[in-house]
Amino acid sequence: MATVELRFSAQPEHVRTARLVAAAVARRAGVDEAVLDEVRLAVGEACSRAVGLHLSNGLTAPVRVVLTEEEKLFSIEVGDEVPGPAGGPEGTVSGIDATLDPDTETEDEMGLAVISGLVDDVEVTSGEGGGTIRMSWPVSGASDRP
Amino acid sequence: MDLSLSTRTVGDRTVVEVGGEIDVYTAPKLREQLVELVNDGSYHLVVDMERVDFLDSTGLGVLVGGLKRVRAHEGSLRLVCNQERILKIFRITGLTKVFPIHTTVEDAVAATD
Repeated sequence: MATVELRFSAQPEHVRTARLVAAAVARRAGVDEAVLDEVRLAVGEACSRAVGLHLSNGLTAPVRVVLTEEEKLFSIEVGDEVPGPAGGPEGTVSGIDATLDPDTETEDEMGLAVISGLVDDVEVTSGEGGGTIRMSWPVSGASDRP
Repeated sequence: MDLSLSTRTVGDRTVVEVGGEIDVYTAPKLREQLVELVNDGSYHLVVDMERVDFLDSTGLGVLVGGLKRVRAHEGSLRLVCNQERILKIFRITGLTKVFPIHTTVEDAVAATD
């Protein structure tokens, strides 16, 4: 069961809220303090991408963020509702090279490049119901509990 | 936290001091500022990011866009940044090869290469 689930209307101003919530839950789950910046950035990137996809496709549905605390793992799933090619995995996350060309403004690609550069364990999938970015981080064990 | 922007002129350079968070919500303000400067004829820009708390790929996209605009006028766009967490984002995206990054505004203003 998800520890915290968040749905927000696909507007850029709410992405910051999602970052703050994710970082707070990650801290409580025992994710290393030094990694929280990465969690914050990765969630922000995934949410920005989902918001962009919803807006450009005229979807009014909310963006979904699921934060799950497991025994040795903290995972975050960011889901959009923009149908992609059915049949599961989209393949690997786009390479860094795709973003290097300063002649193109490919923010979406750059977002995925940042995520893949930051997070070791990341999975991007798409299907008829929408796309999901799933990321996870190890938990140190010393969680922030009383 | 919102985005703060202020500009000042040093010789033929325009220094844009950015503070706060540059993300999908605030990046358009930075984009407007850079576009406005280039439209007004400021082609040598120094973006001081020492007071930036957060930067994401949307912000990177705006900076790349700014670089493209000044280059169209044979201008330059230099960054000032010492914060490791911000520098890391430039490194993982390979953009350290694209932007000259300086440790002080004085260095950036004096740089000519």
